[in-house]
Amino acid sequence: MQEGTVVEWLVAEGATVSVGDEVLEIETEKVNNVFESPVAGTLRRHVAEVGSAIPVGGLMGIVANADVDDADIDVLVAEFVQTFVPEADDDEARPEIVTVNGRTISYLSVGDKTSDATPLVLVHGFTGDVTSWLFNQPALAADRRVIALDLPGHGASDKFVDDGGIEYLSGAVTGFIDELGLSEVHIAGHSLGGAVAARVAISNPERVATLTLIAPAGVGSYINGEIISALAMADRRRDTRQTLQRLVSNPDLISRDMVEQFLRLKRTDGAAAAVARIASAFVEGHRQRIDVVENLANYAKPVLAIWGADDVVIPAKPAGTLPENIECHVIDEVGHLPHMEAAAKVNELIAGFLKIRSG
Amino acid sequence: MAKKTIREAINEALRQEMERDETVILMGEDIAGGAGLDGEPDAIGGVMGVTKGLYATFGPERVIDTPITESAIIGLAAGSAVTGLRPVAELMFVDFLGVCFDQILNQAAKFRYMFGGKAKTPMVVRTTYGGGLGAAAQHSQCLYQMFTMVPGIKVVIASNAYDAKGLMIQAIRDDDPVIFFEHKARYDDAVEVPDEPYTIPFGEAKYVREGDDATIIAIGGMVSEAIKAAEILAGEGIDTTIIDPRTTSPLDVDTILEAAEETGRVVVVDEANPRCSIAADIAGLIVGHAFDALKAPVRQVTAPHTPVPFAPELERLYMPDAAKIATAVRDVVNHGK
Repeated sequence: MQEGTVVEWLVAEGATVSVGDEVLEIETEKVNNVFESPVAGTLRRHVAEVGSAIPVGGLMGIVANADVDDADIDVLVAEFVQTFVPEADDDEARPEIVTVNGRTISYLSVGDKTSDATPLVLVHGFTGDVTSWLFNQPALAADRRVIALDLPGHGASDKFVDDGGIEYLSGAVTGFIDELGLSEVHIAGHSLGGAVAARVAISNPERVATLTLIAPAGVGSYINGEIISALAMADRRRDTRQTLQRLVSNPDLISRDMVEQFLRLKRTDGAAAAVARIASAFVEGHRQRIDVVENLANYAKPVLAIWGADDVVIPAKPAGTLPENIECHVIDEVGHLPHMEAAAKVNELIAGFLKIRSG
Repeated sequence: MAKKTIREAINEALRQEMERDETVILMGEDIAGGAGLDGEPDAIGGVMGVTKGLYATFGPERVIDTPITESAIIGLAAGSAVTGLRPVAELMFVDFLGVCFDQILNQAAKFRYMFGGKAKTPMVVRTTYGGGLGAAAQHSQCLYQMFTMVPGIKVVIASNAYDAKGLMIQAIRDDDPVIFFEHKARYDDAVEVPDEPYTIPFGEAKYVREGDDATIIAIGGMVSEAIKAAEILAGEGIDTTIIDPRTTSPLDVDTILEAAEETGRVVVVDEANPRCSIAADIAGLIVGHAFDALKAPVRQVTAPHTPVPFAPELERLYMPDAAKIATAVRDVVNHGK
């Protein structure tokens, strides 16, 4: 993400804010998102104007104590404007390619490659791609290298998916980890990517330190097959927007850019066929054809699971329905995309989980 | 994925389709250039360099330098298309359509219909259009309305490299005659373009920008001018939507009407002469179907009803630009206030 457009200020100048208060609504190339105040104090100045595009790192507003002089604030803002240089395009992480079993996998690596901390691998869900993690990857990269990949059939990866089954997909992810020479990783997956991540983790206990599942497939048998089918078939703007809106609790979160991005990826040669094959391998009617719960029962490594309470694709699983060693969280007013709809909360949960459990 | 120019994006589309399907062939004046003479074959790669390198890869059987005879080039394309090939013919300047128009109007456009569906004409005609390079009256026209009005033909006018590649691949895979317009002054415009082949459906307009105060509908080379105008207007507190129809036939009427209704204040920008233009067509559709949502007359920003001048000062006056678009938007925004 390089910039966001300011949609609306949610707190007036002069009002008090606490840490975590929703302050500003921002439109990005993914969902429309809300910025929460990282500090407490009085919101003294709206610097960013409604309708303007602010680059990453740009100044949005000033929070200060009520007794700070306006003139001092003016100086601060002026200084910032004079000296601020948005991160150049060249500095931003670019997708890279590796070959796994003769096929290309595209991935995005963010964070310090030389760090000792165990890296985190992110596996997106059905019809997603590396940008599914737009609000998570930068934040989580503060502690470690974070590597998001495009699954086979998705994004810029090879569109060959064999029978579309979980074995092929998890094999590709395992091969990817090998290819990057990573001896130990944490793994996190969303939806179908959650089932893939689980399969990778369970099959490679010596390589995978922890497992994070976000609205995962393979847990519980029900899935709204009609939504999966709609995602697989969507190839026009109106249908796509309506279908994407069903994935989130608040339909206004789906921006036009997100719809455009979805269609662009779908229209790549081979993508639509790959996605259709995967859909039929993993869903039949309203029933999931994959199950990872059985394996999770015997899985000894730490597991974090996060759902949105309003998920209509795969219903949230409260604690008590899964093996006891799994740490479960259900987030209110969030649908099937908790990592986008409640990114700050999800990042906090994951970062905390990883910090306690490892390096 | 990398930044590619419109020229490179079209070249890549042609190359990838020719690799995928051996029935795709190219024909035109100097599209290889120099072939058959001493010295380097493919010396020219088309007068605008769009087809450079394709002769070297695919050879003279698939990349055909023709004599200077548009009636034969387009006739060759129509005939080879209806007998099983997928030709991409170049009409070097759309201004030359007069010498090959029967092949398009009465032959290619009508074969499917008049043969009762027993024939299809999967041909693409690539052609350059537009002014701004001082190419004068016979080499600077737009004329896309003259194909748009003919049932049986599809008309593509891409405004950027990403759309150009996807729409060209779509055009080659389409079983109907497609006229693919390339603005001669915009070939160096670059954006991120995926390396893989991809398509963009015809009849799907694009939201280039969104704003609540007015809607600008711009064709081809005018999309960049509309974007500049939008930036000027944003500085004045006027926020505009910009719609790029991408194809004038089929035309995405639904999106155009939706965008017109959202703001009620519409400016249509078209570099062509104003009579019987795409701008007039779109304005008429909006007035006919979205009248109640309108808060101002639909303004059309076009060239004047004159040939394209040669003198640079006059050509500058002739061409619609960001300033003229911004003036029109201010007019519709202030109407009735």
